[in-house]
Amino acid sequence: MTTTQTLAAANRSDAPGSKQSRGVRRDGIRRGLVPFGYLSPTVILLLVLMVIPIVMVLSYSVMDNVIMKKNPQFVGFKHYIDILASESFWGAASNTVFFTVVSVVAHLVLGLAFAMMLNSTLLGNRTKAIFRTIYVLPWLFTIAIIAVLWRLLLEPNGVVNYLLMSSGMAGSQIEWLSSPETALFAVTFINIWSGYPFYMTSLLAGLQGIPTELYEAAEVDGANGWQRFMRITLPQLKPIIISMALLDVIWTTQQFALIWMTTGGGPLGTTEMLSTFTYKLAFSKYQFGTASAAAAIVLVISMVLAFFYVRAQKARD
Amino acid sequence: MLTRVQRRLVAKTALLVALVVGALFAGLPVLWMLSSSFKPNTDIFQYPPRLIPQTFTFDAYTTIFTDPTKVQFFINSYFVSLSVTFLTLLVGVLAAYAFSRFEFPFKSVLNVVIVSVQAVPPITLLIPYFGLIIFLGLYNTYQGLILTYMVFTLPYAIIMMTGYFNTLPRELDEAVKVDGGSSWTALWRVLIPISVPGLVSVGIYTFMIAWNEYLFALTLTKTVEMRTVPIGIQLLMGQHSYEWNQMMSMSILGCIPVLLLFLFFQRYFIGGMTAGAVKN
Repeated sequence: MTTTQTLAAANRSDAPGSKQSRGVRRDGIRRGLVPFGYLSPTVILLLVLMVIPIVMVLSYSVMDNVIMKKNPQFVGFKHYIDILASESFWGAASNTVFFTVVSVVAHLVLGLAFAMMLNSTLLGNRTKAIFRTIYVLPWLFTIAIIAVLWRLLLEPNGVVNYLLMSSGMAGSQIEWLSSPETALFAVTFINIWSGYPFYMTSLLAGLQGIPTELYEAAEVDGANGWQRFMRITLPQLKPIIISMALLDVIWTTQQFALIWMTTGGGPLGTTEMLSTFTYKLAFSKYQFGTASAAAAIVLVISMVLAFFYVRAQKARD
Repeated sequence: MLTRVQRRLVAKTALLVALVVGALFAGLPVLWMLSSSFKPNTDIFQYPPRLIPQTFTFDAYTTIFTDPTKVQFFINSYFVSLSVTFLTLLVGVLAAYAFSRFEFPFKSVLNVVIVSVQAVPPITLLIPYFGLIIFLGLYNTYQGLILTYMVFTLPYAIIMMTGYFNTLPRELDEAVKVDGGSSWTALWRVLIPISVPGLVSVGIYTFMIAWNEYLFALTLTKTVEMRTVPIGIQLLMGQHSYEWNQMMSMSILGCIPVLLLFLFFQRYFIGGMTAGAVKN
């Protein structure tokens, strides 16, 4: 940016010599360029690593023999038709919907319940601080770590099965992550564990922002706890809840690392998500054309969700 | 009928019980991780399981600290994450300044682009990146990872910092211009020094994104000396034997920077996550 400064200095020094009007016009152009100077690193980065890749993936999706061979051919919407006709795509899509809906609802319920417990006036501040720190723990770990930790806990001869069996809740060792009946529930549970603290902290901040007069007035009117919750707490938190839930839907539909490191989409595709489905098409089967079509479908889904998110954010402002 | 005091006592007991149950749900897995990291690998699945290690050992930690490959995972992660944080703040602040203080053509278009690229799924970008990063000669390099992560961290940084700058009165930078200073001077001498809380929030968020990233680190690096911590942990899951105790100690070591950020900057942590609440 030193160039901007020297440019400015040069401009200033020759301004008196030139005609007044020309000087003003050049000054105006120069000033018009200043914001683009500040923006140029961002624009270049987003152009090269965001706009161009999206154009590339869209063009791959209508081509055959991309990346792997030198002479790609245009095949139109063939890959899209193939994908939409394939059973494994719809399997992955329905797993993703289950995983996302259950995760988001559970995040919200747990996050709100914990936030309200931590906001209670019945307990001292120190007690609440200790519990808040414990409750936030899952947030401190990256998904890769969470995946490894839960693999350890959910091993057939691991501690979860031990606790279930010694308390009589399970008759025999359950292969949580490797049996088709339980794998999807297990990965969803792990995702719930890892994701609720984000809601909890945001909702706690939201709860602390609700004016206490509202509750006092409700108490005077004789409202019970449930009525206060439904009439005051929920409406007051609604904007935060809506934007967080939409953000969470966007993130959860894109979840890759957790699935990849726990089940890899198996067993028998019972935990296959759109992300792992696309990844495998590209990097295990090297069908980059089909994979790009799947990636484009995922992009469209995310953009639709983002549209709702932006609209909710606008409504909030 | 219970008296008011008794009802309060019952409510308080019920709340404490619920809180303890919740704390077990949140904390026990983490406690188990900590305990397993101090066990010899042969004791990981001992029966019955013990929360307090029967044989307490630092073996898992010393193995990691004395293995240059594993130390390298941490060096890579720190280097990449800190670089991403620094560069995102730098580039993001410049763009946010333009958005906050200037009018220019296509401003609203650019704004919509920056908001919406946040929702672009990583998996969509991964396929073209593979070719693009190789083409740019950035495959298996720090630069490749750093630039990639910036694409994901920059939009958020710009949005947050624009919001922050908008809350600062324009008279501040006007005063600099009256004294003959350029907009550049106004940014560095006046706006940035008073924007530290906003920068800290955005910095923490950025660092965490980079520190936790998995998909691109997996695909855009190849050799073991370029791997970051999330990939390094996975590499401990061998074909035949799992070094569970080392995985757990690496997990503990891997959460330390985030834990420290959380302990020292708790206020900014939450501030950074709930948009618009940064300035208090």
